[in-house]
Amino acid sequence: MPVESVFARLEPLLPRVQKPIQYVGGELHSVVKDWDDPAGMGTPAGSEPVRWALMYPDAYEVGLPNQGVQILYELLNERDDVIAERTYSVWPDMEAVMREHGIPQFTVDGHRPVGAFDVFGVSFSTELGYTNLLTALDLAGIPLDAADRTDGHPIVVAGGHAAFNPEPIATFIDAAVLGDGEEAALRLTDIVRDWKRAGRPDGRDGLLMRLAVDGVAYVPAFYDVDYLADGRIQRVTPNRPGVPWRVSKHTVMDLDQWPYPKKPLVPLAETVHERYSVEIFRGCTRGCRFCQAGMITRPVRERSITTVGDMVQRGIAATGFEEVGLLSLSSADHSEIGEIAKGLADRYDGDNVSLSLPSTRVDAFNITLANELSRNGRRTGLTFAPEGGSERMRKVINKMVTEDDLIRTVATAYGNGWRQVKLYFMCGLPTETDDDVMQIADMARRVIKTGREAAGRKDIRCTISIGAFVPKPHTPFQWAAQLDHETVDKRLKALKSAVMNDRDYGRAIGIRYHDGRPSIVEGLLSRGDRRVGAVIRRVWEDGGRFDGWSEHFSYERWERCAAGVFADTPVSLDWFTTRERDLAEVLPWDHLDSGLDKDWMWADWQDAVREVEVDDCRWTPCYDCGVCPSQGTEIQVGPTGRQLLPLSVV
Amino acid sequence: MQRLWVRYAKRGRLRFTSHRDFARAFERALRRAGVPMAYSAGFSPHPKISYVGAAPTGVASEAEYLEIGLAERRDPDEVRRDLDAALPPGLDVIAVVEADQRGLADRVEASYWRIELPGVAETDARAALDRFLALASAPVERATKDGHRTIDARAAVLAAEVLAAQVRSPAPPGASQPGETAPNVPCAILDLVVRLTTPAVRPDDVVTALRQAAALSTPDTTLVTRLAQGRLDDSPPATDADETPAVGGIRLIDPLVANAGAVPPN
Repeated sequence: MPVESVFARLEPLLPRVQKPIQYVGGELHSVVKDWDDPAGMGTPAGSEPVRWALMYPDAYEVGLPNQGVQILYELLNERDDVIAERTYSVWPDMEAVMREHGIPQFTVDGHRPVGAFDVFGVSFSTELGYTNLLTALDLAGIPLDAADRTDGHPIVVAGGHAAFNPEPIATFIDAAVLGDGEEAALRLTDIVRDWKRAGRPDGRDGLLMRLAVDGVAYVPAFYDVDYLADGRIQRVTPNRPGVPWRVSKHTVMDLDQWPYPKKPLVPLAETVHERYSVEIFRGCTRGCRFCQAGMITRPVRERSITTVGDMVQRGIAATGFEEVGLLSLSSADHSEIGEIAKGLADRYDGDNVSLSLPSTRVDAFNITLANELSRNGRRTGLTFAPEGGSERMRKVINKMVTEDDLIRTVATAYGNGWRQVKLYFMCGLPTETDDDVMQIADMARRVIKTGREAAGRKDIRCTISIGAFVPKPHTPFQWAAQLDHETVDKRLKALKSAVMNDRDYGRAIGIRYHDGRPSIVEGLLSRGDRRVGAVIRRVWEDGGRFDGWSEHFSYERWERCAAGVFADTPVSLDWFTTRERDLAEVLPWDHLDSGLDKDWMWADWQDAVREVEVDDCRWTPCYDCGVCPSQGTEIQVGPTGRQLLPLSVV
Repeated sequence: MQRLWVRYAKRGRLRFTSHRDFARAFERALRRAGVPMAYSAGFSPHPKISYVGAAPTGVASEAEYLEIGLAERRDPDEVRRDLDAALPPGLDVIAVVEADQRGLADRVEASYWRIELPGVAETDARAALDRFLALASAPVERATKDGHRTIDARAAVLAAEVLAAQVRSPAPPGASQPGETAPNVPCAILDLVVRLTTPAVRPDDVVTALRQAAALSTPDTTLVTRLAQGRLDDSPPATDADETPAVGGIRLIDPLVANAGAVPPN
């Protein structure tokens, strides 16, 4: 049955909303396929396509550049038996207009109602998108509670890093996919297709059973959670035969086989990243103990220098972007990053194409790299992430860099003509004291003092950017107490006044931080269990939207709704956030397998407290984190010894 | 450096492209199309592009203009073809010609707007327009970045007429539910020639004036299209075949026309 586009009803309303361009679609490389005949070949009987609505649960300007969604969109649409369209969170002004006129959540490609698709896939890079999921479900006419959905509704599948603990949204989703999405999305598609072609045996429940038994996805409804009287989890058990006790993450091996995005979307609207991004490797084994991304994406798998070169060449030609981002969790660690940087800088010399690396570790080599990448003359800002303010703190988090190294590196940067250096830190790390945070000020003073000597001029600047630490699942800090926001704010205020009152250096140092309260909510949603779902729902019903945006976020609302939901229960907002856990406690995500050995993580947590560091397994013997043997994966790194040849003139 | 003048259109859903959005999309299209742009000198080089007063966001246009500077000579018609292919459908390049010495901006004195008013009967629109034209001035308030500003919507209007009302479905085909017949509603069409002034009088200012000063009940949403820009010409058409758009005997001469052999299609 054809599905009507809602665009004709939407169009006359667009002049009433802010930035209407974000709702009209039509981006370069976007795809609109025929609903019943996606291949355009006629419709053989029994070949009903699988239809995906992919969502990034934030505003279009943030969601459009998201790599995960773009990769899946392109990959799925390459198949003739799949339709994949995109949808994003609508701003409150648009939500009001849609409710007033009965317009459902729609895709920006075909402007088709999200409720008409088979699979509604939502990618969560951050837990603060959970309330936006509820808005989208509600606007789509999909019951918020998965248990209330019927055969006519899409299955709602969560992905992205937050899916490694989907328990807080367990009642709102039908399934969660852990880990790399490329192969998993295709496999899930096959299962849906086979089920549809078989005449949808046992309806929705039958499909979810197929997904769960296959192991491609975690289906929360098939697990029961029992609690102890003190509020801790007693056990999590499958409630159906055939459902696995633990669900594993997916790991794509050989990134050269998956060179996506090939044709990234080029939006008309302005978005947060306007560049061609290529992932030069996935995974990280630096072992920073706070870093969930580094822990759940192991092992390191490099994309080869030649594939990177080909992807950049095609990506620039296909998009017209002027900037290329070489992405990964620690880009300078690619075994051939020097050759990649030089090769690309040579290729695009004089072409007004700029190359960038995201924030890097503090390492002199990174300056050489940055110099190469900025060969065309722009040396504005360099960003480093020491994360911990004191040397002691950096041992706790396993960010192995000494104060002297750091000062020397930054001074080199100024000496090479860089005028502005940005330093990232965290506040509220385990075992942190007031003094650890105050040492950030000392470090910044030394940076400017040494930098002025190296640069031979006084007009250099250093910006300190500080975020509050949130303990994350599947990290050695998953047991740690989160620091209360009052103490975070107190430490940051003291640091700020120390910096601002410095007569010699204060004016050369900028300091940026946010208050600690949103991090407490992030902490609740990160390490919460199924009981947190009721809080999310109440916050949403109370008007909570766009929690990642300070102008929309209300801590008061979260605090009030949490207090209401948890009244007369043994748990509370504090219980989920500022409480330290012990080894014996069943954690809400223990049945979700990131490959990390829990005993190793506990030992690493103990090492953290004792300020013992651990080396990267790429260069030193394996320290048995558990991932490779349990997942059947291995480290894939170069060097390949190959080079980027000059591009032939077309 | 070769200077080229470009006439382009903003059509359909892409009329919601803001000027900034268009500028970004256009620069990328230039790169994809391999147009050898000249860049400004300095710390942060930019391709040489200059725009002539862009239509407001949400307003469609058949007549937007800009000038580009090329580092190497190219055939204007090839540039037109390549650029049009590189831009998404809805942002369409209509014509590209060699620039003339006299600036593009000097060739734009006025703009020809068409405003569709769904739900408004022709007779009502005509009566309101007569009242509006009889006014000496029609001050309207417009919200700006810095608060409110009062603009005279009357003085800049050089000519205006209401065309025979068309019957228009309130929503395009396909929008209604199956089996349901969309009721047709009248839709008055108002054509305006508005002189370029500072501050510019926009078509929605005239609609506001029709509502406030001439008591016309206007719909929530109007569809506005810029049909032409150019120099004013009130001489009679040279031939019967002259299809230069005209309102009340006033025609606008396309800024690109004066260049030999460069009469654009359309």
